[in-house]
Amino acid sequence: MSLRLPRIGTSQVVALLVILAINWVVSPQFFDIRLQDGRLFGSLIDVLNRGAPVAILSLGMVLVIAMRGIDLSVGAVMAICGAIAASLADSYPLPVVLAAALGAGLACGLWNGFLVAVLGIQPIVATLILMVAGRGIAQLITEGRIVTFTSPELAFLGGGSVLGLPTPIVITLALLALTLLIVRGTALGLLIEATGGNARAAALAGVGTRLITLAVYAWCGLCAAIAGIVAAADILGADANNAGLWLELDAILAVVIGGTSLFGGRFSLVLAVVGALIIQAMNTGILLSGFPPETNLVVKAVVVLAVLLAQSPRLAGLGSNLFGRRA
Amino acid sequence: MSFKALMLATAMSAALSGALFATGARAGDLTVGFSQIGSESGWRAAETTVSKAEAKKRNITFKIADAQQKQENQIKAIRSFIAQGVDAIFLAPVVSTGWDTVLKEAKEAKIPVVLLDRDIDPSGKELYLTAVTSDSVHEGKVAGQWLVKTVAGKPCNVVELQGTVGASVAANRKKGFEDGIAGASNVKIVRSQTGDFTRAKGKEVMESFIKAEGGGKNICAVYAHNDDMMVGAIQAMKEAGLKPGTEVLTVSIDAVPDIFKAMAAGEANATVELTPNMAGPAFDAIVAYKDKGTVPPKWIQTESKLYTQADNPKAIYDSKKDLGY
Repeated sequence: MSLRLPRIGTSQVVALLVILAINWVVSPQFFDIRLQDGRLFGSLIDVLNRGAPVAILSLGMVLVIAMRGIDLSVGAVMAICGAIAASLADSYPLPVVLAAALGAGLACGLWNGFLVAVLGIQPIVATLILMVAGRGIAQLITEGRIVTFTSPELAFLGGGSVLGLPTPIVITLALLALTLLIVRGTALGLLIEATGGNARAAALAGVGTRLITLAVYAWCGLCAAIAGIVAAADILGADANNAGLWLELDAILAVVIGGTSLFGGRFSLVLAVVGALIIQAMNTGILLSGFPPETNLVVKAVVVLAVLLAQSPRLAGLGSNLFGRRA
Repeated sequence: MSFKALMLATAMSAALSGALFATGARAGDLTVGFSQIGSESGWRAAETTVSKAEAKKRNITFKIADAQQKQENQIKAIRSFIAQGVDAIFLAPVVSTGWDTVLKEAKEAKIPVVLLDRDIDPSGKELYLTAVTSDSVHEGKVAGQWLVKTVAGKPCNVVELQGTVGASVAANRKKGFEDGIAGASNVKIVRSQTGDFTRAKGKEVMESFIKAEGGGKNICAVYAHNDDMMVGAIQAMKEAGLKPGTEVLTVSIDAVPDIFKAMAAGEANATVELTPNMAGPAFDAIVAYKDKGTVPPKWIQTESKLYTQADNPKAIYDSKKDLGY
């Protein structure tokens, strides 16, 4: 047999490389990187930097989806936490600002977890409540206007750099490492997969499925809060109407592109981040290409379809049937 | 500062401090009901604030009904205004169709209706007295003409940050700008992408424009369909080591307070105002109609005033910052 099912992750990494190569073709300076005011500057850095909010969201979303859940509220939670951070930034020290914003995200996550794990409401309905209401809450906090701030400490989280790397990239990498350590360094990942694969069987086997569900939604809320803080720090203000708008869908897409099944039971943290980078590489490529904006969504749809088809086991099986076995 | 700008600034500061103008006092016994869309944007909030101030200035009793972005609430509000027997109704229609029945009821009750900011379906023309709106094609044209005048014949590559794809305002502001630069072959748009009217997208798109145009060296000016995208673009230029306002010219539309802050700091050059004062001309039309029977034209176009760094942006920022933008 010459063609085998691709190893886990190969198709995603290949897709990312192909998109980066296409970006290089449409825009020859794509891989140029220079230092600008002590910060790395170039289109490739833009992909990583702009992809950070969705990558951070996907780190929370991937665990929720691994448990056969879904969290539609992350975009609205981003708006809430960004609004809180921006409103407090100029009058309180940074630790207080961060504690308030992260606390709000945690509370939102716990609320979702409570609805799903304790009340047994279907995740898509339970999180839809906060998706709709959350943006209203964020608008109440900002009174419908764009709240701006000047605090350089908070601004650093969006526009600063550590050893030349923009802060959002550093935050994403740190969060990925932390999540890997907690989830894959212990048995927690296995317990999450067990809960997602068959919650009843897992519970009978002694897994505290209810507590794990609650904790995973809380973690997802926390990730959304971090993404919201980064997004607000980036534009030096909180735009309750637009911050995180539709990003829940990008996060779900990133997770799915990363090969995690919506039916739960298996997941990959690293590939979810790769999925987020694929989406952003595509967005940046479209912006660099100079296509008319009316074509943006069509181009995106075609690329996503191609990436998902490349992962389809049936299609791979078909390929090996056609070319592999007969040869 | 031009005389009109001076008048506007004076009027705004006077309205804010609660001072009353003597003019228009004859309208003191009028009652006007206003069906406002809701709080969809900062501009909308400013419109409500300014409308109240304009009513107070003229001693008009002013009732505002917030429709929370729902047409049925607006229809209810209009029926309630008719039942109360107000002298006139202002309507900022959330959608353009479906107003025939309720506006006929107002007409039968002999209450004139004035549309603010948005027009309705053409079939209803005889159902309202006049519409006070801005011409968004004209706004774009003012921006384009400013740029042509400012570069004074030098070659200039412009990058454009469009509004949301499919929004009529975005299409109109794009067309208007193209009309404005049509006569100048030295000014041309080299890149155009949508920034969805938001700061975050404006910044992201501008970052890519800078990279695609040789680190920004080939960009002479940025035109944004609204100020919020421009605020984002200014950040992107600063982070790329460019100097917006001097190396790269900026012109955008709306005149929200934050762009005046950027202008005061020398980081933005010009903005075209979408005035939040739609009610002022509407009150004048109603007063003239009631007192002398003067029938206003079907369309009262608000002024699309251009502001530059020469117009004391700091003072305008101070006068606008509390309007609710």
